Amino acid sequence: MPFLTNRKTQPSYDVIVVGSGAAGGQTAYTLTMAGAKVLMVEAGRNYDPVKETPMFQTDGQAPLRGAGTPDKDLGFYDSTVDGGWKVPGEPFTNASSDPKRQFTWWRARMLGGRTNHWGRISLRNGPYDFKGHSRDGLGLDWPITYDDVAPYYDKVEMLVGIYGNNDGLENTPNSSPGVLLPPPAMRAGELLAQKKSQPLGIPVISAHRAVLSVKQDADNIPAKLHPGNHRAQRILAEAMRARAACFWATDCGRGCSIKANYQSPTVHLPPALATDNLDILTDAMVREVTLDENGKATGITYIDRVTGEERHVSARVVVLAASSCETVRILLNSKSPRFPQGVANSSGVVGKYIMDTVATSLGGQIPALENLPLANEDGAGGIHTYVPWWLYSEQHAGKLDFPRGYHIEFGTGRRMPGLGTAAGLEWLTGGSFGRSFKEDARRYYGSFISFGGRGDMIPNEDCFCELDPTVKDKWGIPVLRFHWKWSDYELRQTAHQQKTFAAMIEAMGGKVRTPPAADPSTVIRPGGNVKHEVGGARMGDDPKTSVTNAFGQTWDVKNLFLTDAAPFCSNADKNPTLTIMALAWRASDYLLEELRKGNL
Amino acid sequence: MSTSILPPRMDRRTAIKWMLTAAAAAAVLERDAVGADPAMPAAKGYGTDPDLLKDYKPGAAWPLTFNETERATAAALCDVIIPADAKSPSAASLGVHDFIDEWISAPYAEQAADRKPILEGLAWLNTESQRRFQNDFVSLIASQQNALCSDLAYAPIAKPEFMTAAQFFKKFRDLTAGGFYTTPVGMKDLGYIGNVPRASFAGPTSEVLKKLGLV
Repeated sequence: MPFLTNRKTQPSYDVIVVGSGAAGGQTAYTLTMAGAKVLMVEAGRNYDPVKETPMFQTDGQAPLRGAGTPDKDLGFYDSTVDGGWKVPGEPFTNASSDPKRQFTWWRARMLGGRTNHWGRISLRNGPYDFKGHSRDGLGLDWPITYDDVAPYYDKVEMLVGIYGNNDGLENTPNSSPGVLLPPPAMRAGELLAQKKSQPLGIPVISAHRAVLSVKQDADNIPAKLHPGNHRAQRILAEAMRARAACFWATDCGRGCSIKANYQSPTVHLPPALATDNLDILTDAMVREVTLDENGKATGITYIDRVTGEERHVSARVVVLAASSCETVRILLNSKSPRFPQGVANSSGVVGKYIMDTVATSLGGQIPALENLPLANEDGAGGIHTYVPWWLYSEQHAGKLDFPRGYHIEFGTGRRMPGLGTAAGLEWLTGGSFGRSFKEDARRYYGSFISFGGRGDMIPNEDCFCELDPTVKDKWGIPVLRFHWKWSDYELRQTAHQQKTFAAMIEAMGGKVRTPPAADPSTVIRPGGNVKHEVGGARMGDDPKTSVTNAFGQTWDVKNLFLTDAAPFCSNADKNPTLTIMALAWRASDYLLEELRKGNL
Repeated sequence: MSTSILPPRMDRRTAIKWMLTAAAAAAVLERDAVGADPAMPAAKGYGTDPDLLKDYKPGAAWPLTFNETERATAAALCDVIIPADAKSPSAASLGVHDFIDEWISAPYAEQAADRKPILEGLAWLNTESQRRFQNDFVSLIASQQNALCSDLAYAPIAKPEFMTAAQFFKKFRDLTAGGFYTTPVGMKDLGYIGNVPRASFAGPTSEVLKKLGLV
């Protein structure tokens, strides 16, 4: 079973998985390794990071020196193709014309989805993050605890390869011994930030990222992940040996031709394909989940983007892993007499409680970092360090004016020069040009630091999506219409982020580029902008108030599962991808067990 | 803030704007005559799925705009901003002015917004050179070019009559720096030594740690 370049699907499958990113990749991996016959359906084109990644290209080789454009929003060498803030012919809408009430939706139409370009930051949710409502009375509790997910965090971390330390900090869980790969050394600016933040009580520790700092232990990990399944062990060992360790150059956002970081097409899909249990159909836009007269899912209808034809394919189980909002869209578009509001939506909760990450940033210049001796600080192609949320006790004691926390990611170092490296220096130089400008550019290069907050958002009634009553995409499929509003919780947290970043920059002896904003609503990144949108089909204990059970199985249709972030009940400050993968593996194990029992 | 009292200099600033002389207007007209729109290029972008492995020279993705005079003036201004020194050559010797041409010729809104100010700015530069030194910008001696650019170097303290030109100069300096420091020569000038595979990443040397007071 391979890539269906002939576009001919088999008469039926055990499971159809819609989507090929973190959720779809993990789901297909777990299912096929256990022997299930799976069809993966991806809306975008096939994509091969080994052949297509621009590893050593410099911005000088790109149009516009690599600047972002509406065709390539995050820059020419960002790996995203056929996607971004706008997908031609596939719009979404917003109910409000007020920019502060709008949601912006990043989509990737390519095999592997957003796993190709993501930041690889892989932080575990902690115990508090699953029980927010019990702790502070806000938002929603998950129907699961950290202990339910911990074994799956271990498994995913071993499978994809995560570097980091076990620091044992509050609500910042350790991995089991031997699971993590060693973190890279800190860069000069990161070490300086660590030392100077200490008096402020702010801990700077090694980040956790999905990058192989060393090669994986292909001799031992496969047996831990697939006990008793010798074929799976053999396939995984071979796939692990085909991945190289990081060679400490090039930005991970370009993707990785040597497979040193995690992206679904280089990590999840090769072993899944090697089982011979996986068919992959790309360029197939799913319209709806189809049901039989008993209300069981029978398969999906999709538009073949190559031929424009509408096709149907059957399976015993359907898994939606299309990214939370696309999954919501498919549910809402799957209308039938039994489900006039969309399939699995008897609760009316589908589309509700979508969340993004609370984010703002502040940058400055650090004189101590000027004119340092030459050093190669490329490192692991992303952050080496971060600050986990550290004010739990202050918050508990009522000393802060907002609930929930944020972590801090920061950028520093002598990075590959780009279009902006020596731009806008006038605030430091007074407007030099000529030879003195060249001296200034040398002096200030590598002396900047930028802090970015990533915070927990409380789900609220004002943030949801629904089908637009009139607008359809070029395939004739109704599109999503978004509603958005940050609450005061997020805005007050944003103000705290700004003040903290200024304090950290000043503690390093630096100057802030702009003072902390007086009005946080002017600096909080718009809803959706961090691309951490989760929720929209929450899991729960009660079919009346939730869409799925604790395993992502929809209450209404027992052979329909959601394994992306749609079932999330909270959006912790931790970046969602690792949790998506852990929960997808957990849901897939449950799905397999239910299949074996004949319950689906 | 109240807007009831408009200081006289506001009116003056508005009134000054660009003072296009006959020569500058002719340069714009010449381009109009061959059909190029100074507001928005008609070319298509590179699309959502461009070849990322190809080497793109200015002009490869869409046609360029500068006429001979504009190109020469842009090259001269690039070299006033980033001249040759003991460590590296000048910006124009690396073709940075062609990158700026690529930039203003791009069919995207952000770049298109820079098109008119840069084309007008280059024309203004010659007009101002003629007014002060009776010569085109490219023919001025270095001290004359520097004297002219000194008036534009920092918008917040520029004289009102140079305010618009100072904004043009800021944009042009940013683009010149961006074009220059993204070349291998420019990267080396800054002391960037990465983008090469390595066996390990060891962190800062003891020399760096010592300088930062971290040992």
